[in-house]
Amino acid sequence: MAMVKMTIDGRDVAAPEGSTILQAAKSVGIRIPTLCYHERLKPIGSCGLCIVEVDGSATPVAACETPVRDGMEVVTSSDRLFCMRQEVLKSILVHHPLDCPICDKAGECLLQDLVYEHGVTGVEAPAPSAKFRNGYATAFLRSWPERCVLCFRCVAACTEIQGHFALSTVEGPDGSPLVAYDESKCVSCGECIQLCPTGALVEKKSERRWRNWEVEQKVRTTCPYCGVGCQQLLHVKNGRIVKVSGVEGAEPNQGRLCVKGRYGFDFIYSEERLKTPLIRENGRFREASFDEALDLVAGRFKKIIAESGSDAIAGVSCARSINEDSYQMQKLFRAVIGTNNIDHCART
Amino acid sequence: MFLVIGSNMTEAHPVASTFLKNAVFNGAQLIVFDPRKHKLCDIATLHLPLKVGSDIALLNALMHVLISEDIYDHKFVEFCTVGFDELKAKVMNYPPERVADICGIDAGIIRDTARRLAAVKPVMVCYTLGITEHTCGRNNVLSVANLQMLLGNMGLECGGVNPLRGQNNVQGACDMGALPNVFPGYQSVTDAAIREKFAQAWGVNDLPEQPGLMIPQMLEGLVTRQVRGFYIFGENLANTEPDIRKVEHELASAEFIVCQDIFETETTRFAHVVFPAAAWSENDGTFTSSERRVNRVRTASAPPGLAKPNWWIFKQIAQRMGHDWPSDSAQEIWDNEVSVLAPSYMGIKYTRLENNGLQWPCPNEDHPGTCYLHQNGEFTCGLGRFNAVDWTPPAEVPDGEYPLVLSTGRRLYHYHTRTQTGRCQGLNDLLGEETADISLQDASAMGIEQGEKIRVKSRRGEVTVKARVTPEVQPGMVWMAFHFRENCSNWLTNPAFDPVTLTAEYKACAVRIEKL
Ligand code: SF4
Ligand code: SF4
Ligand code: SF4
Ligand code: FES
Repeated sequence: MAMVKMTIDGRDVAAPEGSTILQAAKSVGIRIPTLCYHERLKPIGSCGLCIVEVDGSATPVAACETPVRDGMEVVTSSDRLFCMRQEVLKSILVHHPLDCPICDKAGECLLQDLVYEHGVTGVEAPAPSAKFRNGYATAFLRSWPERCVLCFRCVAACTEIQGHFALSTVEGPDGSPLVAYDESKCVSCGECIQLCPTGALVEKKSERRWRNWEVEQKVRTTCPYCGVGCQQLLHVKNGRIVKVSGVEGAEPNQGRLCVKGRYGFDFIYSEERLKTPLIRENGRFREASFDEALDLVAGRFKKIIAESGSDAIAGVSCARSINEDSYQMQKLFRAVIGTNNIDHCART
Repeated sequence: MFLVIGSNMTEAHPVASTFLKNAVFNGAQLIVFDPRKHKLCDIATLHLPLKVGSDIALLNALMHVLISEDIYDHKFVEFCTVGFDELKAKVMNYPPERVADICGIDAGIIRDTARRLAAVKPVMVCYTLGITEHTCGRNNVLSVANLQMLLGNMGLECGGVNPLRGQNNVQGACDMGALPNVFPGYQSVTDAAIREKFAQAWGVNDLPEQPGLMIPQMLEGLVTRQVRGFYIFGENLANTEPDIRKVEHELASAEFIVCQDIFETETTRFAHVVFPAAAWSENDGTFTSSERRVNRVRTASAPPGLAKPNWWIFKQIAQRMGHDWPSDSAQEIWDNEVSVLAPSYMGIKYTRLENNGLQWPCPNEDHPGTCYLHQNGEFTCGLGRFNAVDWTPPAEVPDGEYPLVLSTGRRLYHYHTRTQTGRCQGLNDLLGEETADISLQDASAMGIEQGEKIRVKSRRGEVTVKARVTPEVQPGMVWMAFHFRENCSNWLTNPAFDPVTLTAEYKACAVRIEKL
């Protein structure tokens, strides 16, 4: 690939032709503040936070959208840029409610972080305004249209990544853009939530259940439903999963999940879970200890083998459980019981 | 280019479908063969709404065109395959004009489709249970492979034949040897040297050499008492097998059933002993996905009450039957047994699975894993073999009494018999009941309204269910899922099986609908 030579903040940088200033800066560890940009999306260019100065020109450009050029001289931080970024943030805060104390995103909100970083204070928010043409709520997600910063990541998530086209950008009454939601197309995949940088979209299952910094652990695991094998992060608080998100950058799903992978986790906490072995007696189940139930099964199997041979026992393994369980079950059947009568729903 | 056959990806493999959509938005072509006009058809270049169960006829006709118009991949066929002459002889009996009647697709469209397929390389074929769940399921698979070899689309990245596996770990359960004819890693039980290897590793004198029973045979064996003890781990057979009445009769006849599960199910009702098991996020272990990727599963919370990991329960039973197994965690089982005994996993150890897992075959610890199989036209058995096959109709076809064909599958918001998704807050709100999906034409002919309760009846049973009138379904067809017990499609489905794989024909049986 052809490389172009340029400087960023006085450092020599070689970047592949066609890449953006933002990518070139990142490759040498220079951070440019961004809000609407997300690695998995094509540049949106809606927020104006990633502005940088190029070749001393008076009008800064958006680093996320501007391609590199040979000989380019880029400055990513200056007093002027800092002030301009402050202005961008102020213009957002003017329409943004001071919801941080009750917002689920607080603690990992990009807007919060940027405002903090740029020391923006004293903004009066006369009238938080709804940035959605129509707010939305499904069984799993809810929008807070005032909290939206109109970055349009959610629209790109829904169209570009998931291909559902439930979210779109429309022109509002005063000509400025708004987010529109078409419920009939939404499949509750939650991609829009995963990519929203603010608390404008929240998950009902976890709404106001905990603060982000109370999550003790994020456990990477594999989805228990279909054969795609999506990688999930289980957010655990007090030993309970409170939320599931897709693992950014992971194979095979690159952060994506579907409705079952994202919201189908709470069955494990159902009150109806089996908690003790059961033994049938006089037509009904009674609770038993593991020792008693294991002895009974082993005893019955031995008796059947002695009377009718090993092939009088058969077993069906589980296509949902871990490999090690299936391995162990076929080993029990082959090495201990002495039969190949072991199958599972392999062909369905 | 993609060719998707018998696969409602946006509902059954949602995230995989998003990548396919991305490719189509970036210009890739998509051809769909499916009786239903499902969501992918909206973005497809071409959708061939073939009749249920006519896949082989259509595939043979496509190959007829490829050969008679001489637009197949000569080089691939000559150097990488055997059996072309038999294939040619067979498909010559399937001119598009003849097949048009069988599959309901115009001959001109069949020709056009063949030309499109030949014009682009590679073409990736994805299929799901619309191919396998037929009495001719095995032949369907062979036929798809024939097409791809004829097009020279094997052993290429973005080519090949890609079955999308239904369950998260159905690939893994096969790989682990939970099959009646193979040990872990597809090593045959009939091979004496292999048996000897496993006998040594497992500390036993010998291992059984006769392949065992498959599920339908086991169930029948319960009635004849050929099978006296039946161990059901995690499967809800009473809802998932075709013809629920028959299955329940079989389970009720059993002498001794052990169930191991996380919930009481319709199946545990027939058990004599039930073991409570640890679920998904209460285990450490591995799943293997459709793309043969071994991924880690990690513990987030402890199982409730006395519930235990499944591998632990099996180990305890073994111990009580006189076998002490050394491995005492999933990691020990994998690292010290599975990956030692199965050559394709020798390079896969837990320490190597921290991030993105590994795709088998992975024969040694320096091997990066294998993204796609049959590279450069190399097949496990040497050359790729064409297996010429004839089309056969489903075991039960519509007639005067049962004039419609019922096909079944799953829907987005639930998974199988809902033991899990039915207990997740919210999912029942999105899909709270089963429907029978019927065409606009059939609905209006019978005067059935959207949402009206109707009766669907087959020779095996009947259910009462709401009608969902939809353009997705073609006239003459009813489509249902098996998520809800009360009107589960398996009250109706036909326990007819592919003669080799014993996969049931969930995708086709004859039914009639009645107004209440
Ligand atoms: S949940 Fe998914 S489908 Fe619904 S709006 Fe968000 S991204 Fe789109
Ligand atoms: S809802 Fe979130 S992602 Fe969508 S435009 Fe508003 S702030 Fe951006
Ligand atoms: S998140 Fe959805 S697509 Fe991914 S593995 Fe789970 S069920 Fe399949
Ligand atoms: S990050 Fe570049 S314009 Fe928003």
